[in-house]
Order: sequence, then structure tokens, then C-alpha cells
Amino acid sequence: MANYFNLFISAVFVENLALAFFLGMCTFLAISKQVSAAFGLGVAVVFIQALTVPVNHLIYYYLLRDGALAWAGMPEVNLSFLGLICYIGVIAALVQILEMFLDKYVPALYNALGVYMPLITVNCAILGGTLFMVERDYNLGESITYGIGTGVGWALAITALAGIREKLKYSDIPAGLQGLGITFIATGLMSLGFMAFSGIQL
Amino acid sequence: MAETTKDLINKPIADNNPIILQVLGICSALAVTTKMSTALTMSLALIAVLCASNVIISLIRNHIPSSVRIIIQITIIASLVIVVDQLLKAFAYGLSRELSVFVGLIITNCIVLGRAEAFALKNPPLPAFWDGLGNALGYSAILMAVGFIRELLGSGSLFGVQILTLAKDGGWYVPNGMLLLPPSAFFIIGLIIWGVRTWKPAQVEKPDFKIQTAQQSEVS
Repeated sequence: MANYFNLFISAVFVENLALAFFLGMCTFLAISKQVSAAFGLGVAVVFIQALTVPVNHLIYYYLLRDGALAWAGMPEVNLSFLGLICYIGVIAALVQILEMFLDKYVPALYNALGVYMPLITVNCAILGGTLFMVERDYNLGESITYGIGTGVGWALAITALAGIREKLKYSDIPAGLQGLGITFIATGLMSLGFMAFSGIQL
Repeated sequence: MAETTKDLINKPIADNNPIILQVLGICSALAVTTKMSTALTMSLALIAVLCASNVIISLIRNHIPSSVRIIIQITIIASLVIVVDQLLKAFAYGLSRELSVFVGLIITNCIVLGRAEAFALKNPPLPAFWDGLGNALGYSAILMAVGFIRELLGSGSLFGVQILTLAKDGGWYVPNGMLLLPPSAFFIIGLIIWGVRTWKPAQVEKPDFKIQTAQQSEVS
């Protein structure tokens, strides 16, 4: 149990996908002008991340990994080179399914998240989470924890940045730094703040 | 063709740079720039993928139904990235370990999909190739600039060759460790944006609010 908790905390704070690995930066910078929009996108990312990482783990473990097809009588087949194309397919399909599911059964949430759903397919944080899972060889339980943890961490970071940017609108910024420039500097400072978490072990 | 080949290549490098103006493909730009060698490998990989994907998508642009175009584009890009990834693993294993997941992440690099959507779907292969090359070069230019600053000041070397002798080896230069850490990449890109926008004021964004200078109201 402690192992899972530790993994969760480190995925949220220490190895924050947005601020330590720069994943999902395009959406991170584009959708962080308002707290409400940023929070909606953050929730959507937590959902998708919690689904895709475990599903991709199962695909990797039972179909693609070296010797994974032993149950089908082909122990010497190694399909891991097909990984990337499978993962991105899974992500695109899951995003689509979740969108249809929400549209039918949870219309309120669909209306809130609807616009951000397609953006998530090309969010590097999602694919990045899967690739880190494969690289670090997590088991199923760890994949679920890692998926939720990275999603929460990303949501936390984008909501915090949106809060800062809402306040920044009223400040007097040098002309060249206006908009994107100052956002980069602010993100840098946030990332510096998050580094204070590094080395935390529970 | 309104734009000449020269325009297609030159424009994205300074006037309409994918990273600092269109805000595309930032993820990988920041993560691989601690060293020049990784930045260069990443740039070459992106140049190859972007040119090839633009040409292929442009070749079949009249046969793609628009309802499934995103998934077709993603599949083409993913296949190209797999090729690059396998080549790196075969011929430059060390570099491929250092880049870790970031080669795979070229798939979700918004530049590639963005150019496919915005340019390759509407133009013939040759201009699409030049457009891909131009944008990839714009991306590489920023990557190399950031990599140059981070490696030179962070560890006193370029491409792994020691330029500034470090204090711990008896030299004079005390490296700035912060430049090897993630936050510095944000600061450097922020400052590059500031520099470029001072040079080309047309790119400056309008402020949301204008600061009113304090006025002395007259009491009557």
C-alpha cells in the first residue's frame, strides 16, 4: 500500500508531467487563460489518463512485449516496435468513446468538457504517461495509480497557472513579454517551486 | 501559388516561428535541450518526420475523407516516428536512451499534425515539402539556441567538448547548475520570445487591459 501511495505522491508533485517533463505544454499554455476552462480540461485529463495508462499496460503486457504472445503459442515474437501506433490508437479511440458515453449518459459533464475532448488526443501528457509506464515496467496496480497521479498532477499545474494568469492580466508587463513571454517566465517560476518537492519519500 | 519557395522556408524561421509564435511543439523543445547533441538529434528526427509526413499526406490529400482525416494523419505520423525510433535504436543506442520517450512523443508534437492540417491537406507535394522543411528548421533553430545556452553555461561544454574549464578541474568557470534543471528552459524561451518581439514588434500581443495612469481629479 505504502508503495502505491508513494508512487501517487511522486507522480503528482515530484515528477509532475507538466512542470518536470514539459508534457502537454501546448494545451497547457493555450487553455490556461481562465481558471474554469483550465479546471474542466484538467478533469478530462484525469479521466482519460486513468483509463489509457492501464489499458495500454494490458496491451503492452499481453500482446506487444518480448515473449508476450507465449499464451498464443508464439513465444519468440516481439511486437514492441508496434507500440507507438497501438498506444496512440487506443488513446484516440478511448477519447472518442468517452465523448460519446458522456454525451449519452452524463450530458452536464459533456457540455462542460465537450470542447476540450478532441484536444486531449494530441496532448503529449497522455501519450507520455503511457510511454513512461512502459519504460519503467509498472505492473497493473502501479499503472492505475500512476495514471491517476499524473492526471491529477497535470490538472493541478494547469489550474494553478490559470490562477496566476488571471491575476497577471492586471499587471504592467513590458511590451515584448506581453502574453506568451510572461507565461513562460511564470511557468518557469512555478516549476522552480515544484522542485522543492523533489526527494520527498513517504 | 502566392508564396514562393523561399518564403515557405524563410517565414517560419523568424516571422512565424512554430515555437515562439504559434506555440506548437513546446513539450519536446524544452525537455531535450540540456545538451546540444540531444537537441541536434531531436531536430534531425523532427525534420525527417515533418518533411516526410507533409509529402505523404499531400500526395493522398484528394483521397482522404474529411471525417476520418485526423486518424489517417496520426497513423501516417506514427508509422514515420516508429521508423525514426527504430533507426535511432539501431545506430545510436546511447542517444536514443537519453532522449527516452521524447522521440515517441513526436507523434503528438503539435507542429507535425498542425502543418498536416493547415498546409499539406490543401497543397501539392513540393510546396508541402518546403513548408515542412521551413517549420522544422524554425523548430530546430530555437532548440539549438536553447541547447547552446544551457550546455555552455550549465556544464561549460558544447557537444560534450569542454569549452570553459570548470572550477573543479582547476579552471575558472563555476557552472550554473540551474541551467541543467527544467525551470531554466522556460526562462530561456521566455527571454528569447522577449528578444524576438523587441526585434519584430509586429508579433507583440495586445494587453487585455490598459493600465490607466493615475489622474489627479480636480476638486471643485
